[in-house]
Amino acid sequence: MSRISQYLTDEHHHCDDLFAQTEEAASRGGWAEAKDGFGRFRRSTEAHFEMEEKVLFPAFENATGISLGPTQVMRMEHRQMREVFSQMAAAAQRQDADEYLGLSETLLMLMQQHNLKEEQILYPMADQALAGQRETLIGSMQALASGA
Amino acid sequence: MIPAGLSFEQAPPISVPFRFFLTAPWFLLAAGLLLVFSGPEMMLSRHMPATLAATHLLTLGFTSMVMCGALMQMLPVVAGSPVPFPRAVAWGVHVPLTLGAAGVAAAFLADSGPLMHGAAGLAGAAFAVFIAAAAWGLARVTSHSPSAPAMGLATAALLATAALGLALGIARYGGFALPYGQLASLHPLWGLYGWTTLLVIGVAYQVVPMFQLTPNYPPLLTRWLAGTLFLLLVLRTAAEFLPLPDWLPGLGLAAGAAVFAVTTLKLQARRKRKIGDTTLLFWRIGMGLLLAACALWPAILLLPEEAGEKARLLLGVIALPGFILAVINGMLYKIVPFLAWFHLQSRYAGQVTIPNMKQFQPDKPARFQLGLYLAALALLAIAVFHPPLARAAGLLWAANALALGWNLVRAAHLYRRTAHVALEKKSD
Repeated sequence: MSRISQYLTDEHHHCDDLFAQTEEAASRGGWAEAKDGFGRFRRSTEAHFEMEEKVLFPAFENATGISLGPTQVMRMEHRQMREVFSQMAAAAQRQDADEYLGLSETLLMLMQQHNLKEEQILYPMADQALAGQRETLIGSMQALASGA
Repeated sequence: MIPAGLSFEQAPPISVPFRFFLTAPWFLLAAGLLLVFSGPEMMLSRHMPATLAATHLLTLGFTSMVMCGALMQMLPVVAGSPVPFPRAVAWGVHVPLTLGAAGVAAAFLADSGPLMHGAAGLAGAAFAVFIAAAAWGLARVTSHSPSAPAMGLATAALLATAALGLALGIARYGGFALPYGQLASLHPLWGLYGWTTLLVIGVAYQVVPMFQLTPNYPPLLTRWLAGTLFLLLVLRTAAEFLPLPDWLPGLGLAAGAAVFAVTTLKLQARRKRKIGDTTLLFWRIGMGLLLAACALWPAILLLPEEAGEKARLLLGVIALPGFILAVINGMLYKIVPFLAWFHLQSRYAGQVTIPNMKQFQPDKPARFQLGLYLAALALLAIAVFHPPLARAAGLLWAANALALGWNLVRAAHLYRRTAHVALEKKSD
């Protein structure tokens, strides 16, 4: 069983759940719920980015010698998503529904095409390249998550 | 093994897909205007010259135009393998396809052999460039995407469609003894079912879960459906020339498409993202129309000849201006605003305020266009049985094309203006 990809794909789905609940709350003007939900969504997603950036990507780069390839692009897309997070937080603070929903539509596309590339290309490559270290890596990622 | 060439290369320049997307609505407009001018005679049969002209304005000028652009955009994401030389390929497909689409339609109307040969040659050249580029990308697939195999089969079906189309162009005016009747029944089958529907299926595997956060399509379906349908198309083709029953593969094709439509509707009903949008509406309408087409197709075999022709024309309306146009139209409202945002964000983040997707494509004008589309489609379906309404239907189609074209041009204009502001700031 390819556990690195399974572990990280499950995380994507967890973040999707939080994203959808938050967007729905914002669309019906439930701002207290939306702000709270957005906070949880943002923390979960940040924690996931950190697992990748601090554990998975360096291990992948070490094992394959590819440091200017997929991981570089994934880091850049993390940066793009973080910028949208800041704008969404500001829109939620102002309770600006049009702005929030426009940004959330944008984030969904950005996030989903990003996840797709990870789940269908990068994670399977990582499963192969890092087969010997999966227990250790998943352990490190879990430790990072519980520490956060 | 790690493919050394895998660089996760980002999307091609925005001008690559946008030229296709911004050209397509004007062919839809041309088809609408043709219906206004030619009117009721187009409702007599699928084989009226003006009907054939309008059909090719839609298939070459609209659907293939958008699909070629979209596939060049999607291959790097879903297959992990970009199309080589994207700018050159875009030129090599877009220019001859535009001229070919207009030329084929004009040749049907003018009943001109030389024009048909030249225009079919241009469209054929466009597809040859596209197929070569797509095959190059698809041969290097590094992803575990369920879409890639279906996209490969769709591309193979495009090859068959183009070859059949070229043969028909020659047979219609040349002295060659080609089996015109058989080719004429196979060409639309490979075009609408093979190239277009297989591509819709392949794209759906990826975008339906993505846009609305639905569960994934069942692995059994993604593994077997596209290949089985392709095999059925081959059997249906063989049945034209060999003593095989043609209704059997036909029934299988209808059943397979129905399974796809029902699965899609069920997945959408289970979506996590509860808020709806115009794209979702277009897709649900498209899937409903696909189901209607699947029901009507086998029923036609039971009808007498004369009633059969009307029913075939209606089937064509449900399949092409119905199912296929609805699905493509819905896709455009996601792809165009996302690409505009993504390219600006990648290049000018921090230098200028970048409009979000809904500012590139606001909900209201998109919904307005959806309303026009539904009215145009309904009136066209009625006009099949009551031809005097054909001109009015044509007017609605023209209005629908203008509304769609306006929405896309507006997004492209906002992209340009924002990029311009960013560049001016830079030079200050």
